[in-house]
Amino acid sequence: MKREISRREFVKSSGALVVSFSAASFLEPFGMAQGPFDTHRSHVDPEKLDSWLAIASDGTVTAYTGKCDLGQGMFTAQTQLVAEELCVSIDKVKLIQCDTSVTPDQGTTSGSQSTPTNFNMENLAQAAATAREALVGMAAQKLGVPADQFTIENGVVKAKSGRRVSYGELIGDKHFDLRVSSTAKRRSPSDWKVLGKPVPSRDRVALMTGTFEFVHNVHVPGMMHGRVVRPPEIGATVASVDEKSVQHVPGLIKVVARNNFVGVVAEKQWQAEQAARELKVAWKPGPRLPAQKEFYDYMRKQPSRDVMLVDSHDVTEKLKSASRVLKATYLHPYQAHGSMGSSCAVADVQGQHATVWSATQSVYPTQHGISALTGLPLDSVRVIFVRGSGCYGLNAADTVSYDASLLSQAVHKPVRVQLTRHDEFVSENYGSACVIEQQAGFDTNGNIGVWECETWSVSYGDRPGYEKSGNVITGTLAGFAPDTITPRAAAEPAGELRNGSNAVPSYMAGCVDGKCGGTGSIRSERVLTHAVPSPFFTGPLRSPLRLQNTFAHECFMDEISAQIKADPVAYRLRHLRETRMIDVVQAAAKAASWEARPSPKPGTARTGTVTGRGIACVAYEGDNGYAALVAEVEVDQASGRVRPRRFIAAVDCGPISNPDGLRNQIEGGVLQGTSRALGEEITWDDRKVTSIDWQSYNTLPLGIEVPVIESVLINRPEAEATGAGETAITLAAAAIGNAIFDATGARIREVPFTPDRVKAALSARGGETLAAVWNNPNVDRALSGERPDCSPTRT
Amino acid sequence: MWGGMMAAISLKVNGRVHTVDVDPETPLLYVLSDELQLRGPKFGCGLAQCGACTVLLQGQAVRSCVMPVSAVKQKEVTTLEGLGTPEKPDAIQQAFIEEGAAQCGFCLSGVILTAKALLDEHPKASGEQIRDALSNVLCRCFAHTRMMRAIQRYQRGRA
Repeated sequence: MKREISRREFVKSSGALVVSFSAASFLEPFGMAQGPFDTHRSHVDPEKLDSWLAIASDGTVTAYTGKCDLGQGMFTAQTQLVAEELCVSIDKVKLIQCDTSVTPDQGTTSGSQSTPTNFNMENLAQAAATAREALVGMAAQKLGVPADQFTIENGVVKAKSGRRVSYGELIGDKHFDLRVSSTAKRRSPSDWKVLGKPVPSRDRVALMTGTFEFVHNVHVPGMMHGRVVRPPEIGATVASVDEKSVQHVPGLIKVVARNNFVGVVAEKQWQAEQAARELKVAWKPGPRLPAQKEFYDYMRKQPSRDVMLVDSHDVTEKLKSASRVLKATYLHPYQAHGSMGSSCAVADVQGQHATVWSATQSVYPTQHGISALTGLPLDSVRVIFVRGSGCYGLNAADTVSYDASLLSQAVHKPVRVQLTRHDEFVSENYGSACVIEQQAGFDTNGNIGVWECETWSVSYGDRPGYEKSGNVITGTLAGFAPDTITPRAAAEPAGELRNGSNAVPSYMAGCVDGKCGGTGSIRSERVLTHAVPSPFFTGPLRSPLRLQNTFAHECFMDEISAQIKADPVAYRLRHLRETRMIDVVQAAAKAASWEARPSPKPGTARTGTVTGRGIACVAYEGDNGYAALVAEVEVDQASGRVRPRRFIAAVDCGPISNPDGLRNQIEGGVLQGTSRALGEEITWDDRKVTSIDWQSYNTLPLGIEVPVIESVLINRPEAEATGAGETAITLAAAAIGNAIFDATGARIREVPFTPDRVKAALSARGGETLAAVWNNPNVDRALSGERPDCSPTRT
Repeated sequence: MWGGMMAAISLKVNGRVHTVDVDPETPLLYVLSDELQLRGPKFGCGLAQCGACTVLLQGQAVRSCVMPVSAVKQKEVTTLEGLGTPEKPDAIQQAFIEEGAAQCGFCLSGVILTAKALLDEHPKASGEQIRDALSNVLCRCFAHTRMMRAIQRYQRGRA
C-alpha cells in the first residue's frame, strides 16, 4: 500500500484532494500486463475514472495526464480539453503531468501522438466526458428531474425549473468509483467554448518573468552536484581511473566508475566541474570511424535490415516501357537535437528507494530503465517529470536521468547532474543520416506512371523504452546492450501499406496485396528501405526519417515537374488523390499568390542576387496530419548564401484545439527546419565527433533577418485529431531546395545547403546538374546496374 | 595553480545583498542558481555561446556562465526574475507575454535581457543594431518571429 500513500501524499501536498485506489490494481504484476494505448498497465489503473480526475468541494478539477508539455503547448491544450468536456472555465482545472506515482501510464510523449491519444475517443477526453455524464446523472437524482433537462454552466448543473446544483456539492472530495465509459458522449465541436480558441499558453507569465521551474531549478535538501566523464572518442573503453588525480579538489565526495561509466560527485557544482575536468582516466581506443567524406557510400555497402514497404511487382517492366525515366539521389546528414539547455536531472537514490526529477518524455519507461540500472525493484522507483529545455525528439534527458541515478546511488545522497555542452553533443541520439535514391518513369503526356524509391538509413540505440536502457549512452556505458541492426533480407510486403516513416511518396497509390493506403495516383511502385548500423547513437529527431524522405520525395517531384515543364503545384495536384492533401496544397498556393509556371523562373540572371519560390507537401505518416509549405528565398550567387524571405504554411490537423499554439508550432517548426536545411550537420574525424558546441555546429541565431511566416489553418471539427507538431518542419528543406532551384536553376540534393555547396551547384549549372534523364533506349543500361552519377553536387 | 579556497563574497542581486561562501573563481551562474536558487539564468553551454545564462550587470547584458563571481564586485546584478514579477512584469516581459514569444522558454534570459540592455541604452536602435546585438543569442525552438515582434513592441512602447 506504500504507493497509495505516495499518491495520497502527493495530492495533499499539491493542494488537490485525496484520491486513492483500490487495492486490486496493486496486486497486478507491474509491467507484465499490456494495458490500453500500447503501454504497460501501471498501478494507476487507466480504466478507472478516478485515475484521471478528481473534483474538490470548491468545484476545482484536478486532472492527471501521462502526456507532458515539452514546450510544444500540450499542457495548455490538455487543460482546455478537460475544461471543455467538463463544462468548466479553464481556470478551474489543475493539470498534473507525468509522475509514475500519480498519473496513468501513457507511454512516451512523442511522435505527434499526444493530441491523437488524449483528444480522440479515449483516455483523458473520455474520462472527462464520463465524469460530466455521471455528474448530470447525480444531479438528476438529487433534484428529481430527467437528465436530458439540464444545462451545465461552469461546473453548475441547472434544470429548466431554475433549480441548480454544483459539481462540488455533487461529488466534492469523493470518488466517482466508475470505469471510464467508452460511450460517454463527447462535446460537439460546434458547442466548444474553451477548445478551438486561441488560449494563451498557461506557462507564459512564469516563463517571461523567470519564475517557471525547469528541472534545472530543482533543489533537494542535502543535494550534491555531479558531472560525468564521457569517453573522449567513440567506442573508447575505460582502462583505468586514477582517483588520486582529483584528491586535491575541495568538496569532492566520490569518483564513481562502473564499466565504462565514469562520473564525479562534489558538494558544489564548480567543484564537480573541476574534478571532472582534472580526473585522469586512461581510455582504450575504440574502432576507427568511417571517413565522413565517404560516409554515404559506406552506408550503401553495409549489411542491412531491409523492408519492402510496397511493391506492385511491375516496376521493372514499367520503367522499361516508360517514355522517359528520371533518376536522382538525395543525401541527408546526421543532425543533432541540440537542445538549448544541456540536459540536467536530480536523483535521490537512498537505500531501497529512488526518486528522480527528470525532463524525460517517458516517465514510466524511464522508471523501468532506472530500476534496471540501479537494481532497485520497479515499485521503488518514482520518476517525476519536470520540464527541461525543448527536446525535439530525444535529447539527453533520459541519459542524464540515468547518470544522476547512478551517481546518487553511489554516494547515498541526492545528486544533481548537469551535462556540459560537449557532453550534450556527444551524449545524445542523433537524427539519422540518409541516402535516398529515386527513379520515376513518365508517359508522353508527362504523367508519372511508375516510381521507385530505395533508401538507406543508420541506426544504433533509440528511445530506451521499457526494456532497453542500453539505447542511450549511459545505459551502454554501464553495461546494457543497445538495439543494433541484424541484417535481414526484405520479405514480401503484406497487409495494408504502413507509411509511418513516410518512405513511400504521397503520390503513390500505396497498394499492397490489392489494398491501397496511399494518397496518390501512381500504382506502379516499389519502395525498399535498408537500415544499416550506425557508428553513433541515433534517435527520433523530429521528424524521424519523415523529414529526410520528404526532402527527397518533394525535391524529386519538383525535378520531374521541371523536366515536364509543368507548374510544380499543378503537377502535384495531378498526382494526388487525398482531398486533405489537395486542400493544403491549394490553400498554401493561394495564400502565397502562387504564380503558375514551370521552374526555374525564366530569365533570371546568372550573377547577383536572385529570388525564387518552391513548394512541398506531406501527408504525415500517411494520415496523421497534412501540410504544404511555400518558401520564397533569395540566393546571393556570389557568396552562395541563401536567405529565406517568406514562408506560407497550410496545415490540417483535424479539429484545432488552440489556434495560437498551432501557429507557434508551425512557426518554430518552419524555422528549425530552415536552420537544419541551411547549416546543421554532425561532423567527425577518424575517432571522435567534432561538432561539439555552437561554433562547430551551426544554428540560426536570433539575429538573422527573420523571414515572414504565414500560417493557414484548416480546421476540420468533425475529423479525428491528428498530430501537428512535426508537419511543418518536415517540409522546410524540400521547399527551400525547390525555391533555390526556381531562383537559380541549380538543384542541390544534399543537406545542408551551405554556401560552399550552393556555389558548387551554381558553377555546375547546365546539363550535368539535372538529375540523370534518359529516353527509353538508355533505360536498360541503367537498370543493369550501370548507374549514372546522380549526385553531381557532392563535394 | 589550483585555487578552490573558499571566501565570503558579497553581491547585490535583484536589489538585495547576499553573502556567499564560495571559491571566488566560481562562475556567477552557479552562485545565482545554486546558492541563491534563482531560476532566471540557466546553463545552456557554459561557453558564452548561447545566452541562456544572461544577467544584467549595471544594465549591461553579460554571460554569467563565464564570469567569475569575484569579478562582480559592487556592481548590481539583475536576473530575469528581478526585472519584474508575474503580478507586475517589466514592459519588455509584458511585450513577450502579449506576443506569446516562447515555446520551451529556456532561452528567455538571453533574448529578453540582451534586447532590454540594448534598447534601454539605444531606444532608437535600428533593425540592424538589434540583429547585431542578438547575433549570438540562440533559441532552439526557433520562436524567432514572435520574439522579434515582442522586441519591436517593447521598442515602440518606449518611444
